[in-house]
Amino acid sequence: MLQRCGDTGKPYFPPRPFSPYTGTRNVEVFEASGRGTLHSYVIHHRPVPGFKPPYAIAVVELEEGPRMMTNIVECPQTPEALVLDMKLELAPTKMDDDITLPLFRPAKEA
Amino acid sequence: MIRPGEIAIVGAAESTRIGTVPDMAQIMLHADAALNAMADAGLKPGDIDGVACVGPMMPQQIAHYLGITPKWVDGTGVGGCSFMLHVRHAAAAIHAGYCKTVLITHGESGKSRVNGTPRPAEPQSLNGQFEAPFGPMGPPTLFPIPVLRYMKTYGVTHEHMAQVAVVQREWAAKNPRAAFKDPITIDDVLNSKMIAYPFRLLQCCLVTDGGGALILTSSDRAKDFPTKPCYILGTGESVETTMVSQMEDFTSSRAFRVAGPEAFRMAGIKHSDVDHLMIYDAFAHLPMYGLEDLGFVKRGEAKDFIWERNTAPGGKLPINTNGGGLSYTHTGMYGMFALQESVRQVRGTAPAQVPNVKISVAHGVGGMFSASGTVVLSNQRP
Repeated sequence: MLQRCGDTGKPYFPPRPFSPYTGTRNVEVFEASGRGTLHSYVIHHRPVPGFKPPYAIAVVELEEGPRMMTNIVECPQTPEALVLDMKLELAPTKMDDDITLPLFRPAKEA
Repeated sequence: MIRPGEIAIVGAAESTRIGTVPDMAQIMLHADAALNAMADAGLKPGDIDGVACVGPMMPQQIAHYLGITPKWVDGTGVGGCSFMLHVRHAAAAIHAGYCKTVLITHGESGKSRVNGTPRPAEPQSLNGQFEAPFGPMGPPTLFPIPVLRYMKTYGVTHEHMAQVAVVQREWAAKNPRAAFKDPITIDDVLNSKMIAYPFRLLQCCLVTDGGGALILTSSDRAKDFPTKPCYILGTGESVETTMVSQMEDFTSSRAFRVAGPEAFRMAGIKHSDVDHLMIYDAFAHLPMYGLEDLGFVKRGEAKDFIWERNTAPGGKLPINTNGGGLSYTHTGMYGMFALQESVRQVRGTAPAQVPNVKISVAHGVGGMFSASGTVVLSNQRP
């Protein structure tokens, strides 16, 4: 889900109950396409609880415009496999009973 | 309207020791640097009537610890460039008559963690909700996130990025207080331990203990002090976002593009007037972003500018002449040390002194790319 400014129609992220473009409280929530491209990333090589290094901390540029941090799954965590501007698709990933994270994977060719 | 050179730095010093100082808590590092700066200016705590420092240290803690009764305080905390903003705010306060003599302090037990700074991202914060779940662990994982986009956009190679560290080590070799002084090569950088691709250990800043302090007053009083006044010609500040993923442009800092030009406008100087430059280098890409966003070179040209040794010893625009955060010291909030080196260069007292420095610019970054502050200093009052 993303939010959209009621004045300009422009989507924004992260969510807030008003538009960062005009300040209007007239905003709506809409379902995003789940498609995006790999904008940038690092591959972390040090241990972090809950993660197995090396792993990429990535930023995806959503088709709708906003960018968000994520991890790339179903893909080797290497510079050769992670190519900037590659197409990605949403891979909702259940972490526990309360939290499902919006991770991304390489887009399956249509 | 404040005029260029109306306010001056009349006292400047770092803590007696930097690097590993396990026997001093953070407040002691603040105080040690403050006492050194007061000695530099020939002042006592009772002569100070304004205090600025950055959280977690609060101005009231410093004032009480040192025995100062301030009429003005500033606790602006935007990360490692907070001191550039303190200089700007203090100059305005002195101009406005709120106070006469301001002490700005920094102390951080970044390495030894004696009464250190806790840095958790609150789970309810925007960073906690929308960045922390994806596994970042501090600045080495967050600050370099835009780098691959910058490299692709401008054809920057790993060798270009390594050259930043190589050149700064050359400066550090001339500085007895620098943490790392042994020469390094491009290969050394590219073979050092991988931290967070594309950056390796030698492209990441040090983690040290240390402190620094500055004393500002009206330039009309500056002649009464023992040191050569260091005139503040111009300053600038701005912020963008605490979330690196939400930067407008991964190849440029909006905060840099606001703070830098404002400082130059206020100072009434051109880029060609600048003899010496400090660009806060927490990581190897920052001097490139700084050179471009401050307008010293066009976008995408910093890689060649640095590669061709323009910023190295003997180059036309010496940068980070103390060795920088990569080789000199980096307590966690390094901006104070960039300012100290600019003061030394315009005073003519730096270990790696650049000949005939009249104007130095100290440019800081804070909280990843979230904030920026720029200060233009000169040994000549316009």
